Amino acid sequence: MSTKSTSKGSQPISSFLLRKPKVRLISLLTLPMTWIVGVYIVSLFLLLITAFWNVDPFTSRVRPGFTLENFIMIFTVPAYIATSIRTLFIALSVTAICVLLAVPLGIYMAKIANPRLRNFLAVAITLPLWAGYLVKIIAMRLVFTEEGFFNWFMAPFGIRGPGFSIPIVILTLTYLWFPYMALPVYTAIRQIPPNLFDASSDMGAKGFTTVYRVVIPLIVPAIIAGSVFTFSLSLGDYLAARFTGGATQMIGSIIAANINLNPPVAAAYSMIPIAFVVIYLMVARRTGSLERM
Amino acid sequence: MALIEIRNLTKSFGNLKAVDDISLDIESGEFITLLGPSGSGKTTVLRMIAGFEDPDAGLIKLNGEDITHLPPFDRDVNTVFQDYALFPHMSVQENVEYGLRTRKVPKAERAKQAIAAIASVKLEETVDRLPHQLSGGQRQRIALARALVLRPRVLLLDEPLGALDRQLREEMQVELKKIQRDAGITFVFVTHDQEEAMRMSDRIVVFNSGRIEQVGTPEQVYEEPRTNFVAGFLGTANIFTADMASKLLGTSSTVSIRPERIRLQALGTKIDKSETSIVGTIHEAAFVGANTIYIIETEFGMKLTVRKTNTELLGQDDSFVAGDQVMAVWRNSHVAQIPV
Repeated sequence: MSTKSTSKGSQPISSFLLRKPKVRLISLLTLPMTWIVGVYIVSLFLLLITAFWNVDPFTSRVRPGFTLENFIMIFTVPAYIATSIRTLFIALSVTAICVLLAVPLGIYMAKIANPRLRNFLAVAITLPLWAGYLVKIIAMRLVFTEEGFFNWFMAPFGIRGPGFSIPIVILTLTYLWFPYMALPVYTAIRQIPPNLFDASSDMGAKGFTTVYRVVIPLIVPAIIAGSVFTFSLSLGDYLAARFTGGATQMIGSIIAANINLNPPVAAAYSMIPIAFVVIYLMVARRTGSLERM
Repeated sequence: MALIEIRNLTKSFGNLKAVDDISLDIESGEFITLLGPSGSGKTTVLRMIAGFEDPDAGLIKLNGEDITHLPPFDRDVNTVFQDYALFPHMSVQENVEYGLRTRKVPKAERAKQAIAAIASVKLEETVDRLPHQLSGGQRQRIALARALVLRPRVLLLDEPLGALDRQLREEMQVELKKIQRDAGITFVFVTHDQEEAMRMSDRIVVFNSGRIEQVGTPEQVYEEPRTNFVAGFLGTANIFTADMASKLLGTSSTVSIRPERIRLQALGTKIDKSETSIVGTIHEAAFVGANTIYIIETEFGMKLTVRKTNTELLGQDDSFVAGDQVMAVWRNSHVAQIPV
């Protein structure tokens, strides 16, 4: 009875969809599914297949087939292994530094700063996102180059920067990805009911104990969410290493170098960062922190 | 010496004076209730005793020691929060152990004490559950156990029963009172529910607009209200302003008379000489179960509320209906003089 009156109403399409849940589902999902399956999954799958192909040494053309050579090389050649470990170390360092900076900043913004300062800091965190990625890398390059700002500024104190090297790559990547950690962490801390802080100090906990026992456990999901960004974006990056790393090579550097010369090797090596991220998420799931995301 | 001495305590939030120069003594072992409407400053006083708010001026002493500006973790008081403030990521037992853990009580000992505290609120079976798996009443009791396990000198309770339904609230009122008596801990209880305050308290402190209106036993604040506000806030009161009282009763001060102390009689019937009566018309007669509430309109636009207990079936006694002219009668000794 009531559906009849709706179908006569002024919104024929919505009432039609209301009565046909399957049509509704199809119209909702067609576009995103085309994107996810057609573009995303298929291209990843092609990448995986390419990793088992090889290159004809005479013609330099990619030959379809099946060989494990590329993977054997990645896991046996010392340069590849070292680069994998170096990249993992850089990505973990970037993530750790982001967490160490984001938690105190988030607590300060959410619980101590007055509303004006809080808004200012929120803008200050997001502001770097407005600038282009390459712009920020070049900015870091200019700061840490031989005659750059850092050396000039620190010269009176007799301090010289390390030059383009792994620490500067870590610094640059931290600078690039910090907002992706700071924002979820800050939001999560803001959502902690204020009286949990009161309750903790009421029961004798000083500030640090409250942070350690109450704040951190409650924001683990936000830290995981942020670290998926900082970790995976760092794993895949190669421009930071190229422009601020000196001779530092990351997985991305090698993929970039092989992308035309030897696509199958590039494809095989691309599996390493993916594997790292999958392992990372599995470890996170083991600790039970994904269930609360 | 009082256990807690509060002297000239003042606290403002921006332009709002939340607490305005109050002084109060709280005795050891008593159940004292801070009662008032929302925004009257009662919770702010509680939060200053707990250490969550820093007073602008004044002094708070606990057991003779000045604690005015001490942080919460250095005070021998604990709080039960309005919405319980249980840690959502910790089990019931971990919640109750929290305070013992910050005090570095050894593991076995703190588990023993926590389980005893949880047992004292009859929730042993919940030790491994998370707070969101408990009902409101259970959370409330765990919050209580979490504070009591620390054996504070003073337990502060900030509207702890506000979120419970009526029946559960009444059960908890009895239970809280029993716990307080058994443990011998001083309870400072904040509520806006006057019935709850009267049911549980040894003394009631009535707050209004950041000031204390009156301090006294439940009987005192009910029977001898010192201000119009107190008379009106605790139960219902028929307040005759000084002007009205002189016109209608021939006295010159403000007085209050409770609805249940007034009875209605037919016009022309006799009254005792220790009694007073005024004539009026019944404006409204509302049957509310145990009672019938009459609104009587008298001369000069004064309206009286009268409550008759329905000891008989409706219509089987001399009940009145709207429009009847009646005498409202009360004993002179039941009139409370309001000094202010």
